[in-house]
Amino acid sequence: MKPLSHVVIGSLLILAWPSAHAADGQKIFNQGGQNPAAMACLGCHGPDGKGIAAAGFPRLAGLPAGYLSKQLHDFRSGSRRQAVMEPLSKALDDAEIEAVSAYLAKLPADVAADTRRQQIANDPVTRLAIYGDWSRLIPGCVQCHGPGGSGVGEHFPPLAGQPAGYLVAQLNAWRDGSRSNDPNQLMVNVAKAMTDAEVKAVADYFAQPASQEVKP
Amino acid sequence: MKALMPTLLLVAMGTAQAAPIAMEDQSQLKVPGVQAAPQFVPPAEGAIPDNAFGKMIREGHALFVDTRRLMPEAVGNGMNCSNCHLDQGRLAHSAPLWGAYPMYPAYRKKNDKVNTFAERIQGCFTFSMNGKPPAADSPQMTALSVYAYWLSTQAPTGVEIAGRGYPEVPKPEGGYDFKRGKQVYDEQCAICHGGNGEGQKVAGEYVMPPLWGKDSYNWGAGMHRINTAASFIKYNMPLGKPGSLSDQQAWDVAAWINRHERPQDPRLVEGSIEKTRLKFHANDGVNLYGQKVDGVLIGQGIGG
Repeated sequence: MKPLSHVVIGSLLILAWPSAHAADGQKIFNQGGQNPAAMACLGCHGPDGKGIAAAGFPRLAGLPAGYLSKQLHDFRSGSRRQAVMEPLSKALDDAEIEAVSAYLAKLPADVAADTRRQQIANDPVTRLAIYGDWSRLIPGCVQCHGPGGSGVGEHFPPLAGQPAGYLVAQLNAWRDGSRSNDPNQLMVNVAKAMTDAEVKAVADYFAQPASQEVKP
Repeated sequence: MKALMPTLLLVAMGTAQAAPIAMEDQSQLKVPGVQAAPQFVPPAEGAIPDNAFGKMIREGHALFVDTRRLMPEAVGNGMNCSNCHLDQGRLAHSAPLWGAYPMYPAYRKKNDKVNTFAERIQGCFTFSMNGKPPAADSPQMTALSVYAYWLSTQAPTGVEIAGRGYPEVPKPEGGYDFKRGKQVYDEQCAICHGGNGEGQKVAGEYVMPPLWGKDSYNWGAGMHRINTAASFIKYNMPLGKPGSLSDQQAWDVAAWINRHERPQDPRLVEGSIEKTRLKFHANDGVNLYGQKVDGVLIGQGIGG
């Protein structure tokens, strides 16, 4: 009896081993998760995680882990809808989500432009990005997303270095309701108050930090 | 000890037992009600003249929106002028500069004398920015005054025009409640200002201002009054969603914020909180300075 129970316990341990094994964020990024439906991130987000601008695939490198993890959970729940990410996020387990988010947060990213609010905004796009338009209750983007769109804390992701196509798609997703996962509905009204032309112009502004005026 | 903490916390969230004090602002200046819609429109950035005067407007604007970084010798905390005066001092119901400049010189009960506009700004530096005000004839003061003057272009002098100050929010019949205030804070404010009122920084500089603690406004600032903070909050917060809180929520969360320690009132009388309370706080709106809340004396000060 005794040897058998040892065998049973041993088998149980072996069976339990894979799920108890710590998920490897780097491996998920490069090769995908345990479930084959969880494809490798680098395929669409680039080998450096900085996104693929031409396709509008977003930068993940250097984004806050808490933000990334929340997005993956939101793709699962449907509060953020995206055809590719929805099944993919459902194929990741919680430990894998945490691991890959932590890995991505540590990937190096380009530094955002050191644009300070002290400059008088001479053109309407810079004015919208830095100061907003309070007649429509639009705060300046950088007031929450940080100087140059560098991102602030876990809830306000970087805008700098994101492909323009991605930023346009997100603003439009808030406008049409396919994205509704903003904390306290802070983005939805802002996006809805913007015109199509402003959405495109502001996306270009943050996608191309080189074009921003840098303080002397 | 751990088991005791939740109990202590619950006790601490009770209501202040201090006697009610009169609602009287330390200023003779009145704020028009919100029923009058703001009409005044300050000049656009593009209208800044390209000359020596325009250069001074730009300098004043820069100091106004990036005060802490550009005037480290004058600002003793983490605040910029534009934290309390939204949209670069332009926004109605956010104490816009165009509502303030044309009202000075004016008598202020706060220091019991007629104040010039420069002296009024010095008050901001002393209290709201917990710092050392620039001299009235300093280049910085000239720049800030020029910016305020320019924003007031074509505003009538000595007229309390609609949109000036923060509109008064009547004190709710049942007063305020710290526990409800904490709930509003946690749900609506903490995302930007942090769970402990500490604000948020990027690369060592505040992006979202601290609401209490050593880097926030001190016990002498107008914002330490619960009524004033409620007014500011109701008409300006959360950023981009003004008017979304009820009067009750605004008072509750203002009380929660202003029951936390912050730098000492620089007018501290003979080192005595009680003497300072009697002289400066007993008739200054609704505030907690020098009172005991759940057995703890408020106004002890914190930091430098």
